[in-house]
Amino acid sequence: MPLAVQFTQVSRTFGEVKAVDQVSIDIMDGEFFSMLGPSGSGKTTCLRLIAGFEQPDNGSIRIHGVEAAGVPPYQRDVNTVFQDYALFPHMNVRDNIAYGLKVKGVAKAERHARADEALAMVALAGYGARKPAQLSGGQRQRVALARALVNRPRVLLLDEPLGALDLKLREQMQGELKKLQRQLGITFIFVTHDQTEALSMSDRVAVFNRGRIEQVDTPRNLYMQPATTFVAEFVGTSNVVRGELAEQLNGSPAPFSIRPEHIRLGEQAADSHEVQVSGLLHDVQYQGSATRFELQLDSGQLLTVSQANDRWQAHAQTWQAGQRVQARWPREAMTALLETVLDEGR
Amino acid sequence: MKARLANPGPLRRFANLLYRRPNLYLTLLLIPPLTWFGAIYLGSLLNLLWQGFYTFDDFTMAVTPDLTLGNFAALFNPSNFDIILRTLGMAVAVSLASAVLAFPIAYYMARYTSGKTKAFFYIAVMMPMWASYIVKTYAWTLLLAKGGVAQWFVQLLHLDGLLQALLTVPGIGGSTLSTSHLGRFMVFVYIWLPFMILPIQASLERLPPSLLQASADLGARPGQTFWQVTLPLSIPGIAAGSIFTFSLTLGDFIVPQLVGPPGYFIGSMVYAQQGAIGNMPMAAAFTLVPIVLIALYLSLVKRLGAFDAL
Repeated sequence: MPLAVQFTQVSRTFGEVKAVDQVSIDIMDGEFFSMLGPSGSGKTTCLRLIAGFEQPDNGSIRIHGVEAAGVPPYQRDVNTVFQDYALFPHMNVRDNIAYGLKVKGVAKAERHARADEALAMVALAGYGARKPAQLSGGQRQRVALARALVNRPRVLLLDEPLGALDLKLREQMQGELKKLQRQLGITFIFVTHDQTEALSMSDRVAVFNRGRIEQVDTPRNLYMQPATTFVAEFVGTSNVVRGELAEQLNGSPAPFSIRPEHIRLGEQAADSHEVQVSGLLHDVQYQGSATRFELQLDSGQLLTVSQANDRWQAHAQTWQAGQRVQARWPREAMTALLETVLDEGR
Repeated sequence: MKARLANPGPLRRFANLLYRRPNLYLTLLLIPPLTWFGAIYLGSLLNLLWQGFYTFDDFTMAVTPDLTLGNFAALFNPSNFDIILRTLGMAVAVSLASAVLAFPIAYYMARYTSGKTKAFFYIAVMMPMWASYIVKTYAWTLLLAKGGVAQWFVQLLHLDGLLQALLTVPGIGGSTLSTSHLGRFMVFVYIWLPFMILPIQASLERLPPSLLQASADLGARPGQTFWQVTLPLSIPGIAAGSIFTFSLTLGDFIVPQLVGPPGYFIGSMVYAQQGAIGNMPMAAAFTLVPIVLIALYLSLVKRLGAFDAL
């Protein structure tokens, strides 16, 4: 599969801050690729490096095999959906969408036809004459998407485009974006700090931390086999066990992760392929589809345990704080991790 | 503590009253400025304009309160209308030139400076306003005089032929730079330039950088981004600045007296009518001219959509 975007040892420093630090990524053509990380982790800078708003200090960026260094944004075959949408307030929706075609010299009749087509694609047919200020946040987001897609870019960059929408609308747009990407076959590079969003939409996800990439993998592997302590704790909820207890339970002093929903509470004796611990229930939170327990082991280690409130385990609801319980999990549910070193020198 | 709450002092009682009656609070706040603006400012202006309807007797030099439209009709006498056209032409030229000169400075201030550099530019732009306006105008008469710095510099560049040619053009020229329309225009542009720079700078500062990036991202070259995005969105600032330069030029009465060829401007005409001649009604009629012109200008600018992006 050909590469859409390739980073080789790319660094970008702002003053003292290494925003992007020796990052190498290969993004495949036609892939839905997410860059996930907390704010300030370098994911947006990577996006801006691809768009051409930033230039790397070191390393090389290739877009469809062509070295991007020194190529200004307006000569790159990529388009961006901005976090604040960046719609032109003095133009109506149609002119906003047709802007890219206009500056490339496409005739008025054709660019209006294509703008209307793009509007229909994002389910906003008939909104062409409105000004951006007359649209809701969700509608503006769709216009921004149409404005980028009407140029038929080979790579579409999305900078936290759903961040400003409310939950229901965000979930709906996640589905629509994914569908659109499959339909058009364009490479989508999606920046987000929302791990649920990244997991549910992407073919592959790169997890960023302090300007570096911790892991690049499919959503399933990222969740089931996190490589580092940072990934285990940032993607979903995880219990990271370290030191003596790790050696005792997993046979190795390396930290390991165990997901809350992979732990079972109950008196039933453990099989040979299971690990069993006991402790005191600290806190019980009823969350509807599941109940979350805070369990303090005899070693002092805190474990978060999540039990589904399905019809098959009605007893899960009867445990109360202050109660002593047994917990067990399969050995293969433990994933050994590399400790993410907090490099204080930076 | 409890006792104080149970039996509050007069100040606290007053504060509580204002808290319960927000409209009373607002009224108290607005009475002083509204009195000033309404009664003293607007009242005296309307009173002045009203005097434009009074009659001035050319023989007795006395003003009588006999109402007439004669003063306003007299504005359209060829000699008076010339004054209006001359002033209007200068105001338009000064506003255009100020906008062209101010834009790059404002753009640089808004997009490329921050912290100390920005403070430096603010001070540099405003510093000329700290000096007396009359002193600056007199200084310009010396700069532009025959044998002055301006002439010396033009000679240094071997452009005196060009300057002489310019000075023979009617409507621009004059016998020397300091008695030419061109010289008067230069002084006006110099004096009003800060009033154009600051509003444009403010409008460019409000322009989100992401809009310019979006434009580039969609394939617009820097020039296209300027004409399609930057300039249209800074029009409100240019309009605000031009309202200053336009109205200040329309009302000025000192620069036309000190620099440039003989001949009245609206401001100096008002000054002459009211001071030397004592024809208050005609002065009042002339006062109406800039008000009407600025009202027309504002409606024109509004129709062009300059305030749509506000």
